[in-house]
Amino acid sequence: MNLKISLQIAKTHLLTKKRQTLIAMLGVTFGIAMFIVMISVIKGVNKFLEDSALDSSPHIRIYKEITSNHPSIIEEANPSHFNVTYHQLPKNELINIKNGLQIAANIEKEPAVLGVSPQISSQVFFNKGPVPFSGQIAGVDVVKEDKLYDLKKRIKSGNIESLLSTPNGILMGKTLARNLNVKVGDKITVTTPTGSLKLVKIVGTFGFGIQTVDGVKCYANMSMVQEILQKDKSFVTDIHIKMKDSQAALTYAKVLKNQYGYKTQDWAEANSAFLAGDKIRNGMVIMVSITLLVVAGFGIYNIMNMNVINKMKDIAILKATGFAGNDIVSIFLIQSIIIGILGALLGIIIGFCLSYLLSSVPFDAGDFLDIKTFPILFEPKYYGLGMIFGITTTILAGYMPARKASKIDPVAILRG
Amino acid sequence: MFDNESPKSVVQVAPTSEVGGAVLSATNINKYFYEPEKFQVLKNISFEANRGEFLALVGKSGCGKSTLLYILSTMDTAYDGSLVMNGERLTGRTQDQLAAFRNEHLGFVFQFHFLLPEFTVLQNVMLPALKLGKYSNKEIEERAYQKLKLVDMQDHALKQSAKLSGGQQQRVAIARALINDPTIIMGDEPTGNLDKKNSEVVFEIFKQIAHENNQTIIAVTHDPDFAKGSDRIIEMSDGQIIS
Repeated sequence: MNLKISLQIAKTHLLTKKRQTLIAMLGVTFGIAMFIVMISVIKGVNKFLEDSALDSSPHIRIYKEITSNHPSIIEEANPSHFNVTYHQLPKNELINIKNGLQIAANIEKEPAVLGVSPQISSQVFFNKGPVPFSGQIAGVDVVKEDKLYDLKKRIKSGNIESLLSTPNGILMGKTLARNLNVKVGDKITVTTPTGSLKLVKIVGTFGFGIQTVDGVKCYANMSMVQEILQKDKSFVTDIHIKMKDSQAALTYAKVLKNQYGYKTQDWAEANSAFLAGDKIRNGMVIMVSITLLVVAGFGIYNIMNMNVINKMKDIAILKATGFAGNDIVSIFLIQSIIIGILGALLGIIIGFCLSYLLSSVPFDAGDFLDIKTFPILFEPKYYGLGMIFGITTTILAGYMPARKASKIDPVAILRG
Repeated sequence: MFDNESPKSVVQVAPTSEVGGAVLSATNINKYFYEPEKFQVLKNISFEANRGEFLALVGKSGCGKSTLLYILSTMDTAYDGSLVMNGERLTGRTQDQLAAFRNEHLGFVFQFHFLLPEFTVLQNVMLPALKLGKYSNKEIEERAYQKLKLVDMQDHALKQSAKLSGGQQQRVAIARALINDPTIIMGDEPTGNLDKKNSEVVFEIFKQIAHENNQTIIAVTHDPDFAKGSDRIIEMSDGQIIS
């Protein structure tokens, strides 16, 4: 088999039928371009959602789980008897983590841990006039919280330093602030579930770009929240942990649970809805990509088949003058491969241009997501993948006609 | 030397390819067509062709002469009997082995020119030599020009082959058949599609090839003048050689 002549013959065939070559090429180009655009958009959306979910949630959260799911005393005493307990209520349990501050200090010593923020969290009502707005207040050490969530960057008005200097100050989510119609400097009454009231001062607003955070959450000094809940100085309900590597959190959460006996929740568990969405979108990409590539493949198969039928005489003459079956296969396969490579290259270029255009298209997601344009991921890996897909498809689609060509009986054609 | 299973096997030794000796020997060739019904096209054909011999294969339409030629050409392998060319037994070889043999030892000229239309005259002539790969590209080009000169087509070398007239195309096809200096050149009615003048030109070229280059020519023809000018006429009728 002499590839050089095969290549030369293939090149001549392609160049004499420029229009046909171009059409076959455009089939691949379209498939690959769409594949690139789709995967860039979907991976971009996935990454954006994952990032914003991860950024605003801790890698590990330690808290105490309150349930009423434990057997009654009678049940424990007479397990084999028939017992009836009406309206069992939970025990009067404190929701705090005992020695929470000490645990936080211990965890912080771990080298894999980026930061730890112990906090006291509670549901509250904000009263502005007659209407109560429900919200959530987190008593934090704002410096530690900043280390975990990069709060400084998310401040929309005011600043976090003034929280340190204002004992009754709070930082409020921007959507909540807008709903309450309050600005930096305004005062508002907070009501706790136990009924105590406190007048607090807005010292800043922040936005994570996620409705479920910006619309409910407030940060305050830990001591103030402990005060309004009438708890002591060591009372913490949650410990938030950020790891240096988010994947390490999945195993470290289990270690912490065994070590301290409190409920731990890792980021994957907390954001399972987001991650399930990721999986569905990824599955969609694969299905649509395969469809596009199959369509492109059939296009090439058709055109190459026609090509072989049109070239029967040439194939017969080549065989008569001593070209073997493999030479004929290579002549036609090379044509498919050239079409595949050029088509895929062009597809990648067009795919990049389209993605680039799309990445500058304004996209208004309202308050739900803090986003201005389509989130597009430009990842060279996917361009490489597009190239590989394009060439594989054309080789598969071109092989059958090429094989058919090599099986042509020259005698039948030369005898006329 | 022949392991022919046919009971009618004739013991016949194929001489090797010394000058003037047999370069082609066909023994007990039988061929059947199965469509639309079983029919014996060739019946026990045995003959030899010598080096430098100009053979004309004649007979009425349907007598099996073209069928015989395509068996001799090694392209048709569905036959019984034995075929030896250049001292090599070709019966039973694989398609790819036969293709390699054709490339080096056989040249073809068909009734309908059969040049590759997208290629230039020069490329058409060069292709079998490029496939053989015995010479460098430059040498092949030189040799191709030589062969084109032999058929007086050197001035058209760089033309697209589809743009030539029928006679010109046939001359290019002869140049292509000659490019690898084959032992045997086969023609299937090489003048069947040409006018008188072009037929004479082709005939003269064939004669020259046989007598000056000492290459064997086997041509199927309907043209009585063409046959008359050959060294030997093999006449066939009903699948048998009658003279």
